[in-house]
Amino acid sequence: MKKYDIVIIGGGPAGLAAAIEARKNGIEGVLVLERDRELGGILQQCIHNGFGLHIFKEELTGPEYAERFINELQELGIEYKLDTMVLEVTPGRLVKAINTEDGVLNLQAGAVVLAMGCRERTRGAILIPGGRPAGVLTAGTAQRFVNMEGYMVGKRVVILGSGDIGLIMARRMTLEGAEVLAVAELMPYSGGLTRNIVQCLEDYDIPLYLSHTITNIEGYDRLEAVTIAQVDEGYRPIPGTEKRYECDTLLLSVGLIPENELSRGAGVELHPLTGGPVVNESMETSVPGIFACGNVVHVHDLADWVTEESRRAGRSAARFVKAELAQGNGLVRTAAGLGIRYIVPQYIRPENVEKQVEIYMRVTNIYKNIRLVVRAGGTVIKEVKRLHVTPGEMETVKVAAKDLAGISELSVSVEEV
Amino acid sequence: MYDVAILGAGIVGTNIARELSRYSIKVVMLEAENDVSMGTTRANSAIVHAGYDTKPGSMKARYNVRGNQLYEDLCRELAVPYKCNGSLVVAFNDEEVATVKELYQRGLENGVPGLELLNREQTLALEPNLKETVQGALLAKSAGIVGPWELAIALAENAVQNGVELRCNARVTALEQIKGGIRVYMDERSIDARYVLNCAGIYADIVNNMIAEPTFELTPTRGEYNLFDKSVGDYVSHTIFGTPSKKGKGVVFLPTVHGNLMLGPNSEAVPGREMVETSPAGLEFLRDHAANTVKNMAFNMVITSFAGLRAKPKNGDFVIGETEVPGFINVAGIESPGLTAAPGIAEYVVKLMEKLEGGLEPNPNFNPRRRPPILFMELSDAEKAKLIAQDPRFGRIICRCENITEGEIVDIIHRSPGAISVDGVKRRARPGSGRCQGGFCGPRVMEILARELGKEITEIVKDRPGSFILTGPTKAVKEEQA
Repeated sequence: MKKYDIVIIGGGPAGLAAAIEARKNGIEGVLVLERDRELGGILQQCIHNGFGLHIFKEELTGPEYAERFINELQELGIEYKLDTMVLEVTPGRLVKAINTEDGVLNLQAGAVVLAMGCRERTRGAILIPGGRPAGVLTAGTAQRFVNMEGYMVGKRVVILGSGDIGLIMARRMTLEGAEVLAVAELMPYSGGLTRNIVQCLEDYDIPLYLSHTITNIEGYDRLEAVTIAQVDEGYRPIPGTEKRYECDTLLLSVGLIPENELSRGAGVELHPLTGGPVVNESMETSVPGIFACGNVVHVHDLADWVTEESRRAGRSAARFVKAELAQGNGLVRTAAGLGIRYIVPQYIRPENVEKQVEIYMRVTNIYKNIRLVVRAGGTVIKEVKRLHVTPGEMETVKVAAKDLAGISELSVSVEEV
Repeated sequence: MYDVAILGAGIVGTNIARELSRYSIKVVMLEAENDVSMGTTRANSAIVHAGYDTKPGSMKARYNVRGNQLYEDLCRELAVPYKCNGSLVVAFNDEEVATVKELYQRGLENGVPGLELLNREQTLALEPNLKETVQGALLAKSAGIVGPWELAIALAENAVQNGVELRCNARVTALEQIKGGIRVYMDERSIDARYVLNCAGIYADIVNNMIAEPTFELTPTRGEYNLFDKSVGDYVSHTIFGTPSKKGKGVVFLPTVHGNLMLGPNSEAVPGREMVETSPAGLEFLRDHAANTVKNMAFNMVITSFAGLRAKPKNGDFVIGETEVPGFINVAGIESPGLTAAPGIAEYVVKLMEKLEGGLEPNPNFNPRRRPPILFMELSDAEKAKLIAQDPRFGRIICRCENITEGEIVDIIHRSPGAISVDGVKRRARPGSGRCQGGFCGPRVMEILARELGKEITEIVKDRPGSFILTGPTKAVKEEQA
């Protein structure tokens, strides 16, 4: 059985950043396992720009952003295997994988970094009634066909869901000569970035119908029409508000689901709201030596945040291998207060926090002129003002190491100014 | 002239074709669609019924019980997934308890083995996720589950290998009596056969009326289903029926042979023979039923919903037998328990043919087995490594949810009948049946289909010929090509 210091599962933005950071922290035996034919993950199909503003202070496309990390990985001589599917990870960090060249691979890893990303929620998962014709597909699948394979998926398009991929695809399909008739969003607000709503919908006069859903799909062989309707507060369609669109394509951008089948097999505890592993300040899961980062932990809105979080995971995995990571006696639990949906990390071991720890969170609704209030026990230790927060955009708060001493719970809530 | 033409390659047609291939006769199977198992066979409850609820003395009762006896061996011979998981009919009030007792008696009358009446505690011990208010149940140990389209495809493959000719895209448009047989028209094409077996499923009454007296009528009856992710596949282990009432057999909790869970069907007469849309009311009906029967059904684990049509005969029983037209035989109105009954029906039809012909010559080359499908993930590590060394395509996973390799997909494309569409691949090897519903593997499967069939990727369809997926190259690709 071959041994590696760190095996990283997934060669997208998370896996790449974790691998590079692990090597930079002195670990030689790093191996990245990627199931696709190239490194870079979903970045390779994101040919729009907007990547790298935080990490590189410049605007890059997805493939350009990926290329910087792939180049660095290769310069550092980090080993990677493409077209390689991991079948199993055990709590003892045995990794079983297969590919065409090695056959069955059984690897013993000193540490494992889970970086498998996420998949798209499907039509079935949201129970849209109607027929099952061709022409109904997720926005990400359409993006792959258009941007990577070079084929169009339709001519008259309706989009359900205003997640970022859906918004980006509204513009992409329009630029390719298709007619995008409408974007329907179940929630009273968009799940996507504000800049994408402006640049992808408003600039092209594509209507966005908030509090709307699809109530029927027509067609046996190829999609012929869809019906959208307004929903009430209980998300039930309101009779009489239906609009029918003749179209050949329905794109779904109705959410992303962290892909944690391997994590589950490894006995990693998952969080009911994020859908990803419960992690601590070092991005370590409930199973010692198994780390996780990127969209497999929680769905990020920007690749830059994935990079930042994954560097932390790579650094921590290196420290674990070098036995420098404190297992810790003190454990601070983070708690989502009023107006906060979830917080990552869920636990903090203060001994491993050098100067400060960044905590990521999503709010539950759109709020204006608010404060994010951080409390340790009952005491306010930090307040951050925000003019505008939305569930579509992740919020970050930094907490100083000194504020973590001697506490058992750290909560964040949304409060009026 | 063919000896026998079978119209329709669903579960009934393929069972009969395979039984007839045991004999030295010239058989052709004509299928309207571009693949076998495209009608009721591909969207039903996938149950091998025990046979306690059919009316004693009916054709349904006779072939259900016989079919059930034949299933296990048939599936073993053809390497088709089958599991004898047993079924429960659960009762929640005194009236339902009384009905369950009647079913038990009826089952005994029909000759169903392995029936047992359970009290509340025994029922909950078997299925702890049932609501505590359950009063009792009828356990039928001989009930099972099967992969219906996998069985039809395997039967067709075995029949073809034993000499049956299969023609797809052969929709029958007219039938005409000719000397010594029947002429079957498919638009301008035609074939002649001494016997014609009408196994046309939901269209069987229309086909009958092309040549014979309109003695029966079919009502397309829609049943809707939810399919749940494998992570909740062990929510129940038995097939669980509600107690039947005047409203029908009721909604069933259906473990599948692949470890998923299904919920369905409702039952609704619809005016069209292609009306397989799911409806808000139908899906809500399933949800309500689940809420009344089990604890905390995880509806967030639904991966898809679908509907199928049953060919419901007006008179309530199967329509099997000769007509006034010599050589024209109906095998029609095969609604539930049709899947279970099909092997029994095939056995009967062969006996009928033997009688009509005064005996049939055995096919000396008949082989009851087909080459078993390759199930890569079920192999040991050593076997996996060996297979990858022989053919590296087994080292490439295409479907991440179900772990299906390129090697398996290529294999089923080149079988006969092989897959020619994305759904055809899905029915045979399962990529796209998992939780991502083909989001990741769809483009790869299309690429493999195009390569193996020597087609352009834009020609690859989802299912039927009109179900195109791609509409043409992007602007950038067009410029490159120019």
